[in-house]
Amino acid sequence: MNGLTLGGIYALIALGYTMVYGILKFINFAHGDILMVGAYIGLFTYNALRGSAPLGAWTVTSFFIAMIVAMIACGFLGVVIERVAYKPLRHAARLAPLLSAIGVSFMLSNSAAWAFGTQSRKFNYPFDNTPINIHGVIITPHQILILAVAAIMMVALALFVDKTRMGKAMRATSIDQDTAMLMGISVDKVISLTFAIGSALAATGGILISLDFKAYPSMGMMTGLKAFVAAVVGGIGNIQGAMLGGIILGLLETFGVAVLGIPTGMKDTIAFGVLILILLIKPEGILGHAEKEKV
Amino acid sequence: MILLNTEGLTREFGGILAVSNVDFEVEQGLITGLIGPNGAGKTTLFNNMTGLDVPTSGKVHFDGKDITGMPAWKICRLGIARTFQNIRLFKELTVTENIMLGCHFKTGKDPMKGRFANAFRSYFRLQSEEDDLYAKALHWMEFFNLTDFRHELAKNLPYGHQRELEIARAMASGPKLLFLDEPAAGMNPQETEQLMETICRIRDEGVTVVLIEHDMRLVMNICDSITVLNYGQKIAVGTPNEIKSNPQVIEAYLGKEEA
Amino acid sequence: MLSFFLLILIYTCIYALMAIGQNVITGYTGMLSMCQAGFFAIGSYATAILTTKLGWTFWETLPVSVVVSALFGFLIGLPTLRLKGDYLAIATLGFGEIVRNVLNNWDSLTKGPMGIQNIPMATIFGKKINPYTKVGFLILCIVFLVIAYLLFQRLARSRMGRALEAIREDEIAAASTGINVTKYKVVAFMLGAGVAGIAGSLQAVFSLSVTPGTYTFMVSVMVLCMVVLGGMGNFMAAILGSFIIQLISYFPQLTGLSSVFPPQFKQVLFGLILVVMMIWRPQGIMGRKEHLYGKERKGGKQ
Repeated sequence: MNGLTLGGIYALIALGYTMVYGILKFINFAHGDILMVGAYIGLFTYNALRGSAPLGAWTVTSFFIAMIVAMIACGFLGVVIERVAYKPLRHAARLAPLLSAIGVSFMLSNSAAWAFGTQSRKFNYPFDNTPINIHGVIITPHQILILAVAAIMMVALALFVDKTRMGKAMRATSIDQDTAMLMGISVDKVISLTFAIGSALAATGGILISLDFKAYPSMGMMTGLKAFVAAVVGGIGNIQGAMLGGIILGLLETFGVAVLGIPTGMKDTIAFGVLILILLIKPEGILGHAEKEKV
Repeated sequence: MILLNTEGLTREFGGILAVSNVDFEVEQGLITGLIGPNGAGKTTLFNNMTGLDVPTSGKVHFDGKDITGMPAWKICRLGIARTFQNIRLFKELTVTENIMLGCHFKTGKDPMKGRFANAFRSYFRLQSEEDDLYAKALHWMEFFNLTDFRHELAKNLPYGHQRELEIARAMASGPKLLFLDEPAAGMNPQETEQLMETICRIRDEGVTVVLIEHDMRLVMNICDSITVLNYGQKIAVGTPNEIKSNPQVIEAYLGKEEA
Repeated sequence: MLSFFLLILIYTCIYALMAIGQNVITGYTGMLSMCQAGFFAIGSYATAILTTKLGWTFWETLPVSVVVSALFGFLIGLPTLRLKGDYLAIATLGFGEIVRNVLNNWDSLTKGPMGIQNIPMATIFGKKINPYTKVGFLILCIVFLVIAYLLFQRLARSRMGRALEAIREDEIAAASTGINVTKYKVVAFMLGAGVAGIAGSLQAVFSLSVTPGTYTFMVSVMVLCMVVLGGMGNFMAAILGSFIIQLISYFPQLTGLSSVFPPQFKQVLFGLILVVMMIWRPQGIMGRKEHLYGKERKGGKQ
């Protein structure tokens, strides 16, 4: 797992944070735990489908089926969470949806621990992961997979947001919700779709990362937090920012450990350090615009 | 006597000059109007004079002091108070508490010092300070006819009373200069009539008033002097009659006449 | 059984101190701080290190504990001032985790994951306050809680309490009313941190050992739950919230059903409480305490 691939995963997850923030100006604390649920669903589905087949075409196929199943399930989960725990609080005090999100996050991660136990589970590669040599670059199939999936998803999302009617509706809603409503856009639908897409992408990220780092109930918090930092670095609310931020954070993290010699135990603090730095220097992120509160 | 004036005040936002080289003067004891089409820079000018924004260049003088770039809370303590276009009340607090907050800095020493000592040693002194503040708040509630609502949460007040509460809170800080940002917005003719009376009463208390308004009847009726902004620049200043017939002002509001 | 109930009461007091601190920061000032566990840890370790390495008494370590926690409250408060609610929450979460991480890794000072053992019991007038017999310790905790409650109640009823609430309601309006928002926010953080530090010191002489594993994000969430459940902006409510959460926490053991309920039971419940309270009753069980002023205070509401 090198900086670029780690960054790709962070980007996938960061997109969920950034899209939700773009529309609701709200950080979905529970987003990280959705990726955890995705990882588990993917794991169980894959194991169920695969049976005891040897590594080959069937395992790869069942892996992708598992990924799609997880994406759909998490998309659904995201929508449900929004409807139940966030929608009633859309016009409540500032703190209310935040606290609710923390509650949801807590419920998800602990329910998972309850149901699946706290031991981490290995997610076996559906293929032979020995490194290949392509024109002098040594790369594993896993890394190719991550880069491919991340690239495809991001391009698909960009096209969707840019070219489709629904995508335009999403952009309009994130700029001005009330006007969008007056234009006949169903804001509720747009919000649900945003959560669905973000959660589906998170599921992908969760599956990809658990291939290397295993699946465990509290993986949501750490990975989610780092993806959040990535979103902030790139400029929260900005889709390209999430992609850029993800890659930057991935690179910084691997760079920090490999070159600066930061002990792996403190690896997580790199993300926090980056967060504090960006919040102090340019809180709106690299691609973001400073939002001035209108007096 | 000029109580407040700006010198070449300019505020730039990423290439756009929201306020451009404005010399704005406020004479003590008078009611001054600040008008102009939407987007002319009136509220921005207000914000730069009340410490909520920092000018890109230029100066602001108040009561003989240079207050350019001072933070809002310091400016308030020097004697400037304001209300807001969108009404900013402390919604979950009662009317009484909102007004008592207006007098926040008015009594005795800073409560931050010895706050724990206060709990034991000067329990009674702190209590009498509170009673003192409450008495002041009551005075302003009576002035604005809000006494009946004193236990009501600010968010539950009818719109007109919310506006009055905001002004009451501002007056509670004992300002020399009161900035009102579109106080008549959303009011019907009777409420506007009452507002005009209220503003005159405030002036009679010795407070200088500056107001941004779009309601021309109100402006022309009670203002002693009017300054007009357009596209961030000052285009006219004078008495209501002078402004009414100023061709540049008319053009700014109605557009150029066909030749 | 009585001993167990005394345990719950002791933890109620210790956590209530943290909840009071959280109430100042979140309930009154509206800043969503998620690192009470961090200040708790700092207080605990301050007492632990000073008593075991330098032979100080519990009482001597108290001022240090308060000062150091408050100092960190200041260090966290200052840079986070500009941050909006969501970001502040994450930043404080990060801080809490960093504290735990550092405590885990700074072996020379904190003995790392093993923690510090054999902390001497607190003594008063030469007699040891024995955490094992609990009664004496409970009295100690209650004394601290009562003092803290009285102090913070007075704070709430003063101009400072009102100013903090004004900041929560509308920072810009507060600033325009002459309130130095920066100063008050930082002081709120310091107060909240300081009282959590005291709770930490009490914890240290109760369990007589400190390990980084105790001071997790879950502790911060628990404290948050207490304030949300009891009622934000109400110190008595914070104490009530603490009691209820402790009861929930020890429910399996109380009813003898430990084998039925998995350890995550209470955590799922805390999460649920947060969601449900926000949707159904955001003002908490007790709601915000209404203050009466002037004649009405003496004679009752007219």
